[in-house]
Amino acid sequence: MLADRDRIFTNLYGGEDWSLAAARRRGDWEGTRELILKGRDFIVGAIKDSGLRGRGGAGFPTGLKWSFMPKESDKPSYLVVNADESEPGTCKDRDILRNDPHKLIEGCLLAAAGMGAGSGYIYIRGEFYNEARRLEAAIEEAYAAGLLGQNACGSGFDFSLYLHRGAGAYICGEETGLLESLEGKKGMPRLKPPFPAAVGLYGCPTTVNNVETIAVVPTILRRGASWFAALGRPRNTGTKIFCLSGHVNEPCNVEEEMGIPLRELIEKHAGGVRGGWDNLLAVIPGGSSVPVLPKSICEEVLMDFDSLAAVKSGLGTAAVIVMDKSTDIVKAIARLSKFYKHESCGQCTPCREGTGWLWRVMERMVKGEAEEEEIDALLAVSYEIEGHTICALGDAAAWPVQGLIRHFRPEMERRIKERRGSAAGARRAA
Amino acid sequence: MSEPAPPAFSLEPESFAFTPENLERAKAHIGKYPEGRQASAVLPLLDLAQRQNGGWLSRSAMDYVALMLGMAPIRVYEAATFYTMFHLRPVGRHLLQACTTTPCWLRGSDQVVSACKKKLGIGLGETTPDGLFTLVEVECLGACVNAPVLQVNDDYYEDLDAKRTEALIDALKEGRPPSAGSLAGRRGSEPKRAVEGAAPAAGDGAAGKG
Repeated sequence: MLADRDRIFTNLYGGEDWSLAAARRRGDWEGTRELILKGRDFIVGAIKDSGLRGRGGAGFPTGLKWSFMPKESDKPSYLVVNADESEPGTCKDRDILRNDPHKLIEGCLLAAAGMGAGSGYIYIRGEFYNEARRLEAAIEEAYAAGLLGQNACGSGFDFSLYLHRGAGAYICGEETGLLESLEGKKGMPRLKPPFPAAVGLYGCPTTVNNVETIAVVPTILRRGASWFAALGRPRNTGTKIFCLSGHVNEPCNVEEEMGIPLRELIEKHAGGVRGGWDNLLAVIPGGSSVPVLPKSICEEVLMDFDSLAAVKSGLGTAAVIVMDKSTDIVKAIARLSKFYKHESCGQCTPCREGTGWLWRVMERMVKGEAEEEEIDALLAVSYEIEGHTICALGDAAAWPVQGLIRHFRPEMERRIKERRGSAAGARRAA
Repeated sequence: MSEPAPPAFSLEPESFAFTPENLERAKAHIGKYPEGRQASAVLPLLDLAQRQNGGWLSRSAMDYVALMLGMAPIRVYEAATFYTMFHLRPVGRHLLQACTTTPCWLRGSDQVVSACKKKLGIGLGETTPDGLFTLVEVECLGACVNAPVLQVNDDYYEDLDAKRTEALIDALKEGRPPSAGSLAGRRGSEPKRAVEGAAPAAGDGAAGKG
């Protein structure tokens, strides 16, 4: 269990004030100037050594991503922060934005210094209106105190930071969809390559990072890469904010060490599964896009990138959605299929047509109005969507359905048989 | 994305222009982006226009934004129809946005939606005859550990059940909305026992209030 002295987000629940003065008391903005003066290679090197992997879902090594930014360029470079938190189950960035905004703002400055970016945009989902107002106020505080802008923190480095509100579209959480949206267009993802580090915002070198990724940077630089790397397990280092939702006694967000066992996470922090551990049916361990896990796997699995990949699921955003035995598991996944159908941007045919098809078939599966062979058809179509689209939304729509079939196929078959039995019974009675 | 409702041309005002205050705000938004990249401000300006226009975007408001940003009107219509927070026809004074995605559904969002329907006598996508309430279903609002959630205009109301939803609607009708955030007494995303165990710290009030 994470010791309090290793906690990065000490104001996660908003028990203290969010303002600059209070943030300084918590240790934010301490020695920022000196960190910048240590130079670009120090910052990128320390983040590489810390083993930090992106907290937005994909888990790409952050330091490596930063190192893709050009050292010399005749164009401006940009840092873009993805605060479009929309993955069902995920609500961790919201707490950083409203309760610890200065960790994010200081992180933006340091990350920008590490990659030579002169401007940064924080793209926040439009629905987070109150959170955006809070963050805007914190950014104004930072400008007024000379922490941002020309000669930020007295370091000689110039950095401007702006807040940009979205207007309701899950797809803008995809980094190139976000860039399109930031340019004032529909949020339709771009083909890669070229990657944003070469051709990003306004055609300029750009790095897009998640809020939590950026917000842990100042603490890593202050306490040292080896401190962060000593937490968790190799390749899966540091702390992580977990969102524990669904059928637990006390839903909550909590910062924990990477690699904590799933069962311990739920029992220590969320008051356990409703009705006790044996009442557990299944868990979606990393936000709606990752495949569901049955109780048998939940007993032992560790919460990190590699452990969850080994059981054919994923850490994703570390949004743990717990379902007890009262759950209609087919309906729970069918609702996710509806989500992806709603959120598909419509650009790629396999996703635009496929997500709607998956949802319609899943709705029939809920009632058992299907043939058993259609379960195989569902699986086959999901594989036709996966990997055949510009962005990962197609994959994200396919995986929950694949996870359901992998672990709960007997339940789907039972419904079909039951429905057929009752239909035959009704015919006989007639 | 979902299919937008057709524009309500019969309600179309003849013209639209920002108030002096909103014109200043619009200029501040445009100033955030590099020279020649003012199209980046299309979402903030449409939002501003929608707020000034009572919660929906008229054709003339979209055309006004297009002119201000030097964009072809079709590019602005594209944005206005792609993003779910823009409304192309009038909505009630209180826009009730019920999240029904799986994490909220597991915690009883069906009861929240039923309570809204029963209390207001309208279905999803409908507006009460007095123009006070519009009820819509939305996808994940990103407050899943405080599910189920109902967003009313800009504010999230969290940890709801049928009873709390009905009381919330009564309070809105009487013009005295409660502070945004948890209606179960939580400050934010902390576990419930943290609230019961210790007195809430003095600070800046309700969760999510700007």
